[in-house]
Amino acid sequence: MSERTADAASQDQSDLFTGDGAAGARSKATVKGTPARQMPAFVLGEELGDLAERDERIVVLTADLASANRTVEFKARHPERFFDFGIAEKNMVTAAAGMAACGHVPFAATFASFLGILCAEQIRTDCAYPNLPVRLVAHHSGISMGFYGTSHHAVEDLAMMRTIAGLTVVCATDASMLRAILRASLDRPGAMYIRLGRGRDPEVYKAPPADFAFGRAIRLREGKDLTIIATGAEVYPALGAAEKLAGQGISARVVDMHTISPLDREEIRAAAAETGAILTVEEHNVTGGLGSAVAEVLVECERVPFRRHGIPDEFALIGPPAALYAHYRLDSDGIAGEALALLGRG
Amino acid sequence: MADDRGPEGRAAGRGHNVSPAFLADRAKFVRKETVRLSRIAGAGHYSSTFSAAELFAALYYAHLRIDPARPDWPDRDRFVLSKGHAAIGLYPVLADLGFFEPALLDGYTRLGSPFGDHPDMKKVKGVDFSSGSLGHGLSVAVGMALAARVQKRGNRVFCMLGDGELAEGQIWEAAMAAAHFRLGSLVAIVDRNGLCIDGHTEEVMSVEPLADRFAGFGWDPVRIDGHDFGQILGALDDLPPPGEGRPRVIIADTVKGRGVAMMEGALNWHVGNLADEDYEAVMAELDAGLRPATWDNASGEHRK
Repeated sequence: MSERTADAASQDQSDLFTGDGAAGARSKATVKGTPARQMPAFVLGEELGDLAERDERIVVLTADLASANRTVEFKARHPERFFDFGIAEKNMVTAAAGMAACGHVPFAATFASFLGILCAEQIRTDCAYPNLPVRLVAHHSGISMGFYGTSHHAVEDLAMMRTIAGLTVVCATDASMLRAILRASLDRPGAMYIRLGRGRDPEVYKAPPADFAFGRAIRLREGKDLTIIATGAEVYPALGAAEKLAGQGISARVVDMHTISPLDREEIRAAAAETGAILTVEEHNVTGGLGSAVAEVLVECERVPFRRHGIPDEFALIGPPAALYAHYRLDSDGIAGEALALLGRG
Repeated sequence: MADDRGPEGRAAGRGHNVSPAFLADRAKFVRKETVRLSRIAGAGHYSSTFSAAELFAALYYAHLRIDPARPDWPDRDRFVLSKGHAAIGLYPVLADLGFFEPALLDGYTRLGSPFGDHPDMKKVKGVDFSSGSLGHGLSVAVGMALAARVQKRGNRVFCMLGDGELAEGQIWEAAMAAAHFRLGSLVAIVDRNGLCIDGHTEEVMSVEPLADRFAGFGWDPVRIDGHDFGQILGALDDLPPPGEGRPRVIIADTVKGRGVAMMEGALNWHVGNLADEDYEAVMAELDAGLRPATWDNASGEHRK
């Protein structure tokens, strides 16, 4: 059993719209308002609230999901700088651009499916093209919405976002990484797409990485037989896979490729040259996302055994998230199996 | 009506005391520059710009609180040209006011020019937001009006909309938000010239009853003749104080192609290119000044 299926809470999808994170016997409708500190990862409202104490440029916008993404906590602390646009995401994104044109650093948050996909044109034309510092916080990305289905899944957003010139595209590994990204985002020019998982992703970093920099990957584990390059919520099971592979005498390097654009090409070249094989892992369609981005680098430098692992080019099944991760082999067992296949030992 | 909101250093030839004759001359200037620049490009949005010429002149020479010497002045009024295809009429006004050298326009649309058919805020001083994708501008203006509130500024935000783009759903998302947030400093101006590319708006995708629709969304609508400076300035002078309140929409009934008889109400002049002999004739017609329109958008019929 993988670490994900062992997490009973990950089978529970009743909290997605309230953001309570309190799995248990109680009726979910009665527990709205559970503090974010009890959440494993959804620190968005808390961190932005802290940052806004020191930076008056920050404003926060959402589209009827203030509880799901916990920006409701920002609202409680900075009500005059919080705007709920209702279920009107395109208007929210473009209005955020208007605020940015007047000196603000707006953080606009909603489900990834309704941000990166629904609002792709507003992101390109109104945020990225004028190079405005809008931060698009796309949460519940990939298949983390589970049985809510394809309308709520976002397995195409990385492909769409990374082709937009000048748009920083970054994936939060866990809560600490999200804090690091939010803090570093304040000094970065231009628009940014910040992709989050479900908000209860298991911990990879004990604290926000002190040396975090956009476009500079983090090598989490050394290895010599292959490199697993993962992003976002797939970094944690990639580390688990490396541990399993070690038990079979395979030494796997693990890289957290948090920034998809601009991509850390040097880290990819180093992985190819030093470990000789690369497996990419992402909670995204294998077409166009991290795997494709890495492949583009490899064909221009060093040809090595290479495998893209993610959602196949199809609309995902519905089901509880943990069951989906197991089905699509995006848990540590599945990733380890992909690595063995890549090395011809599967 | 007196207005003491003007900044120091206001450009010569601007202000509330300018004469209607001066404004008419500036509207003529907008039209003639549109014709001249279109010839450089080999194509241009003549008729959508002609319908807005008086609106541009009234806003920029008589009303907007702006300072060409300080294009980034944070307290300035904002102007969002949601119908970005009329930028060819806005650039000459910005140059005339001193935002940039008029000679720069001679390279209009040529390789690497800052001046494209749709305006780029990063390349053209005085342009408050990049536009071109219809249906976005009112959302931009909502964001700008919210920013003014957060920053406790007293400026207004003006947004010029085409009537055809009112078919875009995002316009009505923004209209709903503007009323919900009580953005009394937000002013939408609809250039109601009656035509979109494929035909009359009421045949392609009807927008009427327009005033009732905005009112139903919580706005204060006023309807004017968009070629009559008395009515335009009257509507601008009658705006409520910027702050909390119902947003105001000025529905300006205009004639698409106004000022050139063969373009008035004509569908085939949305984008066009004048041959050399027509170019001289059109310039002469514009020099002679506006004559009664040959077309009435309210009826969709040619008057003559």
